[in-house]
Amino acid sequence: MISLSQITKLYKGAPRPALDNVSLEVDKGEFVFLVGASGSGKSSLMRMILREDVPSSGSIHVLGENLIGIPNRRVPHFRRSLGVVFQDFRLLPNKTAAQNVAFSLEVIGKSSGLIAEAVPDVLRLVGLEEKANSLPSELSGGEQQRVALARAIVNKPAILLADEPTGNLDPSTSEDIMALLDRINLSGTTILMATHDRGIVDRGRKRVIELSQGKIVRDESSSGYEVK
Amino acid sequence: MRANFVFTELGIAIRRNLSMIVSVILVTFISLTFVGTAGLLQQQIASMKTYWYDKAQVAIYLCTKNSPQDICPQGEASQDVQSTITGRLESATLKPYIEQYYFENHEQAYQTFQEEFKDNAVAKYVTASQLNETFWVNLKDPDQAPIIIESFSGLSGIEEVKDQRSYLDQIFAILNIGSLAAISIAGLMLFSAVLLISTTIRLSAVMRRREIGIMRLVGASNFYIQLPFILEGVVAGLIGSLLAGGAIFAIVSFFVQGFLAQQLPFTSFVGVTDALTLLPGLLGLGAMLAGLAAFSSIRRYLRV
Repeated sequence: MISLSQITKLYKGAPRPALDNVSLEVDKGEFVFLVGASGSGKSSLMRMILREDVPSSGSIHVLGENLIGIPNRRVPHFRRSLGVVFQDFRLLPNKTAAQNVAFSLEVIGKSSGLIAEAVPDVLRLVGLEEKANSLPSELSGGEQQRVALARAIVNKPAILLADEPTGNLDPSTSEDIMALLDRINLSGTTILMATHDRGIVDRGRKRVIELSQGKIVRDESSSGYEVK
Repeated sequence: MRANFVFTELGIAIRRNLSMIVSVILVTFISLTFVGTAGLLQQQIASMKTYWYDKAQVAIYLCTKNSPQDICPQGEASQDVQSTITGRLESATLKPYIEQYYFENHEQAYQTFQEEFKDNAVAKYVTASQLNETFWVNLKDPDQAPIIIESFSGLSGIEEVKDQRSYLDQIFAILNIGSLAAISIAGLMLFSAVLLISTTIRLSAVMRRREIGIMRLVGASNFYIQLPFILEGVVAGLIGSLLAGGAIFAIVSFFVQGFLAQQLPFTSFVGVTDALTLLPGLLGLGAMLAGLAAFSSIRRYLRV
């Protein structure tokens, strides 16, 4: 599903590579925590998988696409199979929750009939059917992240990338979001989640990949935030 | 849905960026008005050329007793000169080029002169003998005037052989300079319009960078992302060119037809139909330039 082989990424002017000879495989339906200090390369890795950036060397295949050789015009289509959520939610402030979700379908040319059906469904799935017509400013942080999650999964992506999705949330709200992510994962979506949240990783007992200075220093299944 | 979405986005973009859009419209309007004016001048020149070149003749002026001594030493041209000229015009060498010719004697020249200058003081002082007797020659092809000029210049008893088109060419040269000036101004203005559109579109893109970021993440195609911006430019360009078309139309109907044509009744001027033929070109040029400027600017701003 996701396959990286000896990926190295050098940014101009940086003293050391952001990613240094990274190889990993993620299978369909897995839930993987990506941990490590700031600057350890988690975000760079996510950017490679999203094809926002290409590695300086190595090879990377996601969902059967060779992301080194993929022509630019095919990149948008490739991204439709991926969902992404961020720490800062990235909702459009002048659109309601439902409109924010609908927007992501509108811009890929989905029919209004499909949108009218899919948006309420996914809002119900994230528990926000009551707040469909609220603006982001009227929602709590947890609710905003749920809207962002709804937007990320409304097109039924095979992979969900979550870049510190609980970074701005209090612990109990974070637990709600994790429960939601677990449900999404159980429905078959592969999830790769970068996080600093020790409690969440320790309680999850899932596969953990730890990066340090651009290298993978640990890759264990059913692990915790730190090596015991 | 797709079209609906694109037009909604376009509406939002235009409302947010209104003052820049208005400036794009104005610059496009002014520059295309200059383009249209240049086009009108060219049409005017063309219509005057077809009208006057057909009428223009080669005039063979015979010597009078008042002609300069060095050109006409023997004074008034004799009957012999007239028959020599008639003979040459009728000869096998020249006849094929000539449509028709006629001779105007002193008395006829005087009549014509009195008619043309009847409100002018000079009419009172001119006598018939001061006016040249003239052979007026119409050519089948006006471009072949040099043949006539060469065959008669220097013949004794002839004061001058003149292609009347040379007078017209001066007028056309002035009109041409006018239209060149209009085109140069139009070029500069269009250049600034293109720069202004690029800036406007980039500004619009910066203002909507959140939307663009999300569109890219969820996999909207470049076409979908770029279309509202390109349309924003095209709409501004089209409104500007419509205004320019209106201005050209107004110039023709109020100034040219309403004023000039009344003042100079015997000249054929460009009309409303000529202005209408310019309109599609103006609209096309405005929309195309704006679209291309917007497209190249948004492409530089947005990469996959």
